[in-house]
Amino acid sequence: MKSRAVLTGTHFLSGDLACAEGAIAAGCRFFGGYPITPATEISERMSRRLVEVGGVYIQMEDEIGSLAAVIGASYTGKKAMTATSGPGFSLMQENIGLAVMTEAPLVIVNIMRGGPSTGQPTMPSQQDVMQAKWGSHGDYEIIALAPSSVQEMFDLTIDCFNLAESYRVPVMLLADEIIGHMSERVKIPPPEEITIIDRKKPKVPPNEYRPFKPDDDLVPPMGCFGEGYRFHATGLTHDEKGAPKTVSVEEQTKLVRRLCDKIRKNTHKIVRVQEVMLEDAEVAVLAYGIASRAALSAVRKARKEGIKAGLLRLITIWPFPTELVAKMADHVTAIVVPEMNYGQLVREVERAAKTTPVSLLSKLGEEPHRPSEIITAMRRALQ
Amino acid sequence: MNQGDRMTQHPLAKYLRSERMPHIWCEGCGNGVLLSSFLTALDELKVDLDKIVVVSGIGCIGRAAGYVNVDSFHTTHGRAIAFATGVKLANPDLQVVVISGDGDLFAIGGNHFIHAARRNIDIKVICANNFNYGMTGGQYGPTTPLEAWTTTTPYGNIEHPFNLVHLAAASGAVYVARWTTLHVRRLKDSIKKSLQKEGFSFIEVISPCPTIFDRYNKRGTAVEVMKWFRLISNVKHGYDPARTEITNNQIIVGEFVDVERPSYGRLLREMTKRVQEKLKEEKAK
Amino acid sequence: MVLPKKLWRTPLDTEKISLPKAEITIQPDLCKGCDFCIEFCPRKVLEKSDQLNKRGIYPPKVADESKCTICGFCTAICPDFAIFITEKKCKEGCEDEK
Repeated sequence: MKSRAVLTGTHFLSGDLACAEGAIAAGCRFFGGYPITPATEISERMSRRLVEVGGVYIQMEDEIGSLAAVIGASYTGKKAMTATSGPGFSLMQENIGLAVMTEAPLVIVNIMRGGPSTGQPTMPSQQDVMQAKWGSHGDYEIIALAPSSVQEMFDLTIDCFNLAESYRVPVMLLADEIIGHMSERVKIPPPEEITIIDRKKPKVPPNEYRPFKPDDDLVPPMGCFGEGYRFHATGLTHDEKGAPKTVSVEEQTKLVRRLCDKIRKNTHKIVRVQEVMLEDAEVAVLAYGIASRAALSAVRKARKEGIKAGLLRLITIWPFPTELVAKMADHVTAIVVPEMNYGQLVREVERAAKTTPVSLLSKLGEEPHRPSEIITAMRRALQ
Repeated sequence: MNQGDRMTQHPLAKYLRSERMPHIWCEGCGNGVLLSSFLTALDELKVDLDKIVVVSGIGCIGRAAGYVNVDSFHTTHGRAIAFATGVKLANPDLQVVVISGDGDLFAIGGNHFIHAARRNIDIKVICANNFNYGMTGGQYGPTTPLEAWTTTTPYGNIEHPFNLVHLAAASGAVYVARWTTLHVRRLKDSIKKSLQKEGFSFIEVISPCPTIFDRYNKRGTAVEVMKWFRLISNVKHGYDPARTEITNNQIIVGEFVDVERPSYGRLLREMTKRVQEKLKEEKAK
Repeated sequence: MVLPKKLWRTPLDTEKISLPKAEITIQPDLCKGCDFCIEFCPRKVLEKSDQLNKRGIYPPKVADESKCTICGFCTAICPDFAIFITEKKCKEGCEDEK
């Protein structure tokens, strides 16, 4: 009997729908959201599918409430997510800080559209990339993945949940309107072939449980509401017991650093990239998401035209793989960064590449990069 | 022996995180009375302390969640109800109580309040109303009386306040009550009633704020404010919520709404059952 | 048992029933001096003491424990959990037993 949760088989789906199916396959059973172009289809699919699998869909009154409800659901042990676009993502920033501070595992999908402000709701962009990392106040780290195909919308959503559970951190899926709305073939494997990671549970009895006491990997095991742990969690700076510590220098230092180091020190385990023809490349294209599709095509074409081109496709954009990019920069003459924004991730590349020249190929608005444009940029970079 | 140790003799000690006592609230603050009332209600109902979650917002009363010895969460400003919605829907076996203040619930959190009441989410909201934003030093808020002095209304407040009971009733709450911190026993009974009733319940607790609001507005000491509550409170159960505006001469207290309406969670579960049964039938064909 | 000074009717079960005696516990260092218990005790059992506590506050002290009827209002109204009433456990042959 086919499980209703995992729709094993080959489908022709849009990116948004594939993302929703990925979430259900990963075990997501709570969605709190608010409709926004171009992510509405995720909400719509979840509103139907979650009822089928016995989960909860609630359309909150705004994105702020949506993320708050998702954090609440996460604290009961459920895998929870929300989906939005730029304007909603901006509204969620304060609660992203709360999720980071209370180490609530959850997934936020941002189908990026033209900004700033209301912008171009039905047009693609990669303009929220920096906001994903720096949008909320305070020092913190999150994880963000960038899918470049509908299949990856399915696969990476599952990875987002696994990373969220492993590191007790909000994980963002940064797609764009094109990938969200286009339809491609998606292969959904049988459930036994899908790796699911769950949050670490406490190994001590309730009276010894310290909700924010980390293990060696800097991640605390998570007891949930209703399991007898009777713990307190707060957005205020707190100690290992969860008690507010709003005056202590030591507690602030300890907590902020651990929340950041949790990701920074595990970057090598978290980062995923795809390298194409980089071994002998003279010019490297560093791309992610929608731009990487044209970049791949451009690199292959360029090789045929005699340019020693290579592609570094970032699947993980936060934490940024600084070391990896620095190493690559040592071996190439120039790096070209095509982005559908006016220069965001390129700054991280410049920082990592140090003396290797980095050039931005910026595109704003409906049309993604053409391979020919990227090849022209590569030629220019090599001069 | 530290103060916490002495705390453990109190009959309600098991409901408190003794190591965090004494609490941070000022002398004569109504928050402590509200907390005591709440814990007494838990005690009399013999609530399973493993199955209740207390959620609070930002403000002096927001610290309450940290003092109760149960699963608790201190959210961002105004979002306690939204967070509580997520908790209750994700795990309907949990009792979820929101304890927060007038600003947190009705200024920044106003939108979440009216929608949760409209949806009839099965959470119990207890609002400490001290007519100002105490934590930040006494600015005005949505319940500050006309002409009152606060640090951001130095020439007198020119905004009309909400009638919280009316707002809650109009939004669809199934149980609405108002008491002052003087009416400890009736407050405790209201809390008990709300804990045993399905649906969105709202209890407004009129509180003294002796250090700030009462001092700025020359209302006297905490005892004098409580005596004033005694003087001008009028118990009128079943009164029309629209006419329960708080004036300088009268605070109408009592239970104003007590109706039955299926909660969001119940409707969701019923719908899920229907849908899943239909799917089973279709598969069998 | 303490009977009122003037009795115009003797309760029929005076021999069998004794009024419970109050045990008033005040934890002075938890008190913040709001005076709710002193003011709102219906029998005026409490009064302000003249011993400062650690906070520099004069907490309440028991003026006349025999007047207490264990109504529990002080326990309920105290914001700081600094006072509570329990019933004094009385053994056989206790002074106040008939």
